[in-house]
Amino acid sequence: MTISAERPTKSVASSTSPPSPHQGVSWTQRPGWLSQHMGTAIIAAVLGYAFGHWLGNYITSGYPYIANSGQNSSANALALIFAVVGWLLGIGALNYPLAKLVGKEADHETSVEGWSKYFRYTLDHKVVGLQYVVGVLLFLFTGGLLAMAIRTELLSPTTHVFGPGTYIEIVSEHGTIMMMMATSIILGPLGNYFVPLMIGSRRMAFPRIEAFSFWIFIAGYGVIFSALPYGGFPTGWTGYAPLQTQAGPGMISYLLGFAVIGLGMMAAGFNIAATIINNRAPGMTWSRVPIFVWAILSTAALLTLATPTLFAAGLFGVLDKTVQTAFYVTEHGGSSYLWENLFWFFGHPEVYIMALPGFGIVAEILPVFTRKPLFAYKVAAAGMIGVALLSFFVWQHHLFQSGINPDMRPLFMLTTELISIPTGFIFLVGMGTLYKAKIRFEVPMLFAMAVFFNFLIGGVTGVFLSDVPVNVTVHGGFFVLSHFHYTIMGGLLFAFMAGLYYWLPKMTGRMMNKKLGQWHFWTMFVFFNLTFFPMFIIGLLGQPRRVFTYAKNLQVLNDFSSISAFLLGFSFLIFFANLMWSMYIKPVKAPANPWDSLGLEWQTANPVPVYNFERIPVIMTDPYHYSEAGAPALADFGVGGSDDRVSSSGKSDK
Amino acid sequence: MKNESNHLRRILVITLVLSIAADLLYWFLVGPHVPPGTMTTSAHDDQFDFNILMVIALPVLIGVWVFLGYTIANWSSKRANVPEPQGGPAARSNMKAQVLWITITTVVVLFLAGFGIVELWIGNGSGGGEGPNPVWEPAGAAQAETAALTSAASWAPGKVLVVQVIAQQWKFTYRYPQFGGFETQDLILPNNTTVAFNVTSLDVIHSFWAYQLEVKADANPQENNVAFTTTKQLGNFTVRCSELCGIWHGAMFDYGKVESPTNFSSWATTTESANAANTADLPAFAWTYVPDANGAAGGFYPDGTVTPYSSVEVYGAKQAAS
Repeated sequence: MTISAERPTKSVASSTSPPSPHQGVSWTQRPGWLSQHMGTAIIAAVLGYAFGHWLGNYITSGYPYIANSGQNSSANALALIFAVVGWLLGIGALNYPLAKLVGKEADHETSVEGWSKYFRYTLDHKVVGLQYVVGVLLFLFTGGLLAMAIRTELLSPTTHVFGPGTYIEIVSEHGTIMMMMATSIILGPLGNYFVPLMIGSRRMAFPRIEAFSFWIFIAGYGVIFSALPYGGFPTGWTGYAPLQTQAGPGMISYLLGFAVIGLGMMAAGFNIAATIINNRAPGMTWSRVPIFVWAILSTAALLTLATPTLFAAGLFGVLDKTVQTAFYVTEHGGSSYLWENLFWFFGHPEVYIMALPGFGIVAEILPVFTRKPLFAYKVAAAGMIGVALLSFFVWQHHLFQSGINPDMRPLFMLTTELISIPTGFIFLVGMGTLYKAKIRFEVPMLFAMAVFFNFLIGGVTGVFLSDVPVNVTVHGGFFVLSHFHYTIMGGLLFAFMAGLYYWLPKMTGRMMNKKLGQWHFWTMFVFFNLTFFPMFIIGLLGQPRRVFTYAKNLQVLNDFSSISAFLLGFSFLIFFANLMWSMYIKPVKAPANPWDSLGLEWQTANPVPVYNFERIPVIMTDPYHYSEAGAPALADFGVGGSDDRVSSSGKSDK
Repeated sequence: MKNESNHLRRILVITLVLSIAADLLYWFLVGPHVPPGTMTTSAHDDQFDFNILMVIALPVLIGVWVFLGYTIANWSSKRANVPEPQGGPAARSNMKAQVLWITITTVVVLFLAGFGIVELWIGNGSGGGEGPNPVWEPAGAAQAETAALTSAASWAPGKVLVVQVIAQQWKFTYRYPQFGGFETQDLILPNNTTVAFNVTSLDVIHSFWAYQLEVKADANPQENNVAFTTTKQLGNFTVRCSELCGIWHGAMFDYGKVESPTNFSSWATTTESANAANTADLPAFAWTYVPDANGAAGGFYPDGTVTPYSSVEVYGAKQAAS
């Protein structure tokens, strides 16, 4: 007897199951047009937008220069706020809290069968995880297209494809949408899907908050692109004031966009942290928690603690632009430094929000493909916590040349360089695990190895940036740009791809095509490096960021980088083709445990039943006992499931 | 056990050999050409810092790459005769390796931080913006800065030259307080002279980046951001804005020139007298200026009145209405 796909899902509703958040019938789940789904959300959002816009123009009608001018920030702000509220009402996110608010017994959201559950406010963490996969890929591909546009403009120092206004609009949207994507790209899809499975939980701590975090994340996509009819925003993703204050109403979309995404980040972080702390199965002690879960926990802590600053800073910006407060207006008593300070106080922890999940995936995957235990597990966990803590003490290294707190520069130089110690732990862990291993270079492993290569370059150049004298040379130029693409794209995105190739078979029951996967990896790896490495040199040779003209002698390097970038874009088409081919066109059924992993998430049935585990497993040890004769069993699954585990040699016991 | 030390020894030896070769090649072939060159003291010093960092970084990069390469070459499952890996406690942690790793990275990091602080100190801020009250400044700078605000300010070869950089969308202008405070779009500097750049903005945040001079300081409205360097070579240099300041940010660049002190003096005195009438219309020289309510500096209400928000100096308000 195994925990297998054949097991009827009904059995999960046995007497051992806890009371369900999914039980009962809700009008949100009525069939057809009467129910609430993405379609009703879109309609409600459009109505909300129209109402808010009308209201904004009505309120400001006493100001003839503003009302109905197409330059009315108040109208845009109210339109977006009402649109988001409409979106949440339309999807059904507010049914439960509103019913409770008026003292009624709230309907429980049930699980709908079939594909339509992916377009609804669904509380199953596995559905939310898959929703997030599509969501982050939408962000990623949009941002990627914008990147192609940037590199097209930079083909020539003098001939322009776009006007300067359009160019800066593209640059700003690219940066913002990519940053928004990067906050959630691992935590959203893989964190939501796998954390409960890895810690032996049947559900998230707050399933409604989880579903909320996804749907508001998608609302953020609409909000940030609502800037386009207003001519975008000219500030880049950093949104510096007073340029922000000077900008048109498109700026509101940026400020509220980050506020909306910020709400999602806080919700997701809070929910995941609470889940990991409270919902671990018996025996899942802190020293047995999979390393990926440690990474997600430290990320969740950063999301919960750092994002409120961004939210507040954005709110101040909206107030400055609508009701004429002066948080960032120097001549009215505000300060142009205030935004920089607040933004980076959030922004640097944010950098590690984007790095830690990647470390987690790599460390989780390495033992599987090396058939060795994770080396220095405790050092890895300590490193992640160390990075998370220190990340709150480094933000002013973004402002070394700004004139702010100049006598604090030595301190911030020190703290920034100190953070490379816990960051370096991940290399110790990786190298220790690879040492004398027997490595299977499957596609996820290729991506994981690439993370070490890329992130090393990103990390080492980070030390150059943290050195104040060298920072004078490289600050604000293409060197920085290349550095953070090496960490975020070379680290996080490669790790995401590793995780996706690794876990998609579990999520969908279908294998990704290996040949196409290898083509995807090699084109992405080679052209990523060919795109971004020249940018270090371009930066050293004096090209500032976000320019559409540059020195003639830099054209060869820029063209080289641009052509590589187009080919890098092509590699994503291979990925997309692989995804379509393997998931829809010619799906190949995935084995229950294709990589012979010892992880708890692979020991559940395929497809994973709504309740994940028929009985809550009792965890006996950590999941890294590879190649260990006589290793203890990972967990006691109770009656019926204990003989389905993979032995330490990687072969099924049966 | 013998086998184990062999692997590590091989990795170490390959790393050492490659690192020494790479460092030597870098130091002698690449290092001297690393931007921004040696046109000023800050350029020279920061180039030295960059090269020191590079000499430390190369062995780190090479070490990890050699390790990864060695791993791929020797322990791929596709190779014949790869022994089965061993799990168990020995593979899970190794106190010696962990302590060694943490010690080495900590020592390197602390050295780098100490080195950076010393270089920042003796380099008088290394050409970076030091805010309105620099903690580190070259000899004579404080006196020159204080004097700059008085009408008695003057400059002679050997003294610190005070230059004000005024950034606005989308150009830089320069005021020379030791020459009557005239304002010009030309940035001319004397050679072998310590220059105190006082950088401010009239609208949004810009950044004054004199590339070959290795000077970079953000321009904030109503803030004075001071950066120092000492010129060492004659020649042209590029000035670019390195902080996004709106749609024409990419077009916000111009060129400056380092001249001999004699040529500089004659240019400055000639310009001072040629611009005298314009200078009289400018607000008195100050470290910062309050723009009027129209936003950009030099803007003024047609009737020439002071705008509601500016009770102090209004940049350009003295200009006659056109």
